[in-house]
Amino acid sequence: MDWFKSLSNVLYVDLTRKTFWVESREDLFSKWLGGIGVATQLYKEEVPKNADPLGPENVAIFAVGPFTGVHHLGSKTIAVFKSPLNNYFSESHAGGRSALAIRFAGYGAIVIKGSSDRPIYLIINDGKVRFRDGSILWGMRSTETVGRILREVSPGPGHRAIMRIGRAGEKLVRYASVITETYRHFGRLGLGAVFGAKKLKAIVVVGLKGFTIPDISTYRAVYNEVYELAVKSPAMKKYHDLGTAANILALNSIKALPTRNFSSGSFEHAGEVSGEKLAETVLARRVACAGCPTACIHIAALREPYPEEPYFYKMKFISYDHEPLYSLATNLGIGSRDGFLKLLDAVEEEGLDAISTGVVLAWATEAFSNGIITEKELLTKPSWGDFESYIKMVRNIVIQPNEFYRTMALGVDEVAKKYGGLDYAISFNKVEPAGYHTGPLYIISLLIGSRHSHLDSGAYSMDQELLAAKKPLPTPQEAVEKIIEEESWRQILTSLPVCLFARGIYKPEMVEKCFKPLKKEVSAAELKKLGREIWIEKQIIKYSEGFNPLELRIPKRVLETPTPHGVVDENYVREALKYFNLVVNLSSKLK
Amino acid sequence: MKRLVVVDVNKCVGCQLCMLACSRRFGVVGHNKSAIWVRSAGGFERGFTIAVCRACKDPPCARVCPTDALKVREGGGVILNPTKCIGCGLCKEACDIGAVMWDYEVDKPVICVHCGLCVNYCPHSVLSLEEVV
Repeated sequence: MDWFKSLSNVLYVDLTRKTFWVESREDLFSKWLGGIGVATQLYKEEVPKNADPLGPENVAIFAVGPFTGVHHLGSKTIAVFKSPLNNYFSESHAGGRSALAIRFAGYGAIVIKGSSDRPIYLIINDGKVRFRDGSILWGMRSTETVGRILREVSPGPGHRAIMRIGRAGEKLVRYASVITETYRHFGRLGLGAVFGAKKLKAIVVVGLKGFTIPDISTYRAVYNEVYELAVKSPAMKKYHDLGTAANILALNSIKALPTRNFSSGSFEHAGEVSGEKLAETVLARRVACAGCPTACIHIAALREPYPEEPYFYKMKFISYDHEPLYSLATNLGIGSRDGFLKLLDAVEEEGLDAISTGVVLAWATEAFSNGIITEKELLTKPSWGDFESYIKMVRNIVIQPNEFYRTMALGVDEVAKKYGGLDYAISFNKVEPAGYHTGPLYIISLLIGSRHSHLDSGAYSMDQELLAAKKPLPTPQEAVEKIIEEESWRQILTSLPVCLFARGIYKPEMVEKCFKPLKKEVSAAELKKLGREIWIEKQIIKYSEGFNPLELRIPKRVLETPTPHGVVDENYVREALKYFNLVVNLSSKLK
Repeated sequence: MKRLVVVDVNKCVGCQLCMLACSRRFGVVGHNKSAIWVRSAGGFERGFTIAVCRACKDPPCARVCPTDALKVREGGGVILNPTKCIGCGLCKEACDIGAVMWDYEVDKPVICVHCGLCVNYCPHSVLSLEEVV
């Protein structure tokens, strides 16, 4: 089948009526490419303005695109949904085998609508969707076991993705994740709770089909060119070697590593939980997403003795990255590698987002030491570095034995609004941030980024580049322009979609070149224009859902703790927000 | 004559670029024309299994073919004559290591020709093309 025809197939699944159908949406894929571009339009069609994120009117959209399986690092799936964490249009990205499985199953996007009356899981294979009873899997303690069972009862090993939720999603923890292939996550913004509300335990997608490329000889040449860049260029080296964990020491050395709930930018035990030390001591295996030669997934082996039974051990394999190292080690004052791995393992078993969970735990530690909450609510006495208490708390966020933990499950913003300590509840538009404290551009980017993610625009790099070049800060207006320009280009990268780690390879001219074998004529200039258009489409949706940058809370703590650029001036940030609001209003009128 | 060899399966990261390369021989993007198959050995945490023809000198797949569609290749392995093949699937059953793949589009086996294209795209030197002794 022709690549474009197979890409344009959108699979709709209605969980309420247990039906499915396929529509050819060449209209969407020809204009908006795929990935976030297409998923944004599908969201507009499907989700009413006042939709309840946990109601049947919300959808879970998974979209791939023209580069999926075709070009190197075209290994990401873009999930779009209304977030139960902040109530806005949201997106989360993951790799594993999800992208190639969806694409080779013969679809460009999957739209999950409605909600089931009882637990189910889906097997999508050979043009059909099977609705399978999920009662047995529901409530199972570990997502690892769920994965193991689904591997045995589903077809297509090697050609499939198994996307599943843990108990956290079932219990509607607003920052529950969807896990795919054990180690990759649709982590941010609570897609796991959307699944849970739909009573959807898992989706297995089997991709056994292929498609043709119009100009195969050009394709081979371009493919080889990108391959050379992907395996040899310095742009990818960081991800090859130590993985993203290489950031720990780098950020620590410039005092930009969030530590003990952002009260400091450096951690005295950073060396113990650094990428270097982990590689030296516990790194056991490296794994790649399908279609990517990089193998950035770093897996540690944790050998644990059973205290009551001598000579009995369990061996757990846990994947680590910079973000969990920040959120579940440095930001909780944990300098023990084993302690960190045990805590991360509990987070993975439950199916929680590691970043949000760590930030919530950090707030609770401080709130406890300030006397705002007591052992009565917490059921333990946490202190920095005490990973055993944190593991208990992780279980309780999911089990929700009291009102306090029911509120903890709503995110740091909600729990601090109820119990106090809002000044040190670190979130941006209710989203707990990734692990950087680099300076004002990063803070602005978290507030205005469409998914409030560090990867919206990578502004943590902008702060560091300014520092390295010893350049003064731009004006707030210039900062916003720079952030929007980068975020707009990333709309193209995530419409193709390629992994954002490959942003150094996929410059506009290279993207233009990679489209040639598909016989789709798009110039670098047109792509940039389209990126801006997708960006504004997303802003219009968010504004229609009530987003107002002028009313955003900026956690006092991040304005107090010095960054490498010194203490960040709130006026500078507020000026930027005003300018951002102006730009969005003007751009949406021009549209 | 050369044959494809899995040098060290423990170094395999599961990127599946070898599978993509194999299907690309036919101008196809997918895994459906691939004669090599990489899957997890029971979850990513346990590493990977690579199924590919190991060029048997006296291949069971050829012995069970009722239509002589599989001819023993010099140096081991087999060559498929698709015009003779009736798609009975006996060859697939006869291969205990699962190295006879299936092309569901044409309902016939996919057989490794030991061309070594996949070797060029293995970033971690898991595969190699070696001279048959």
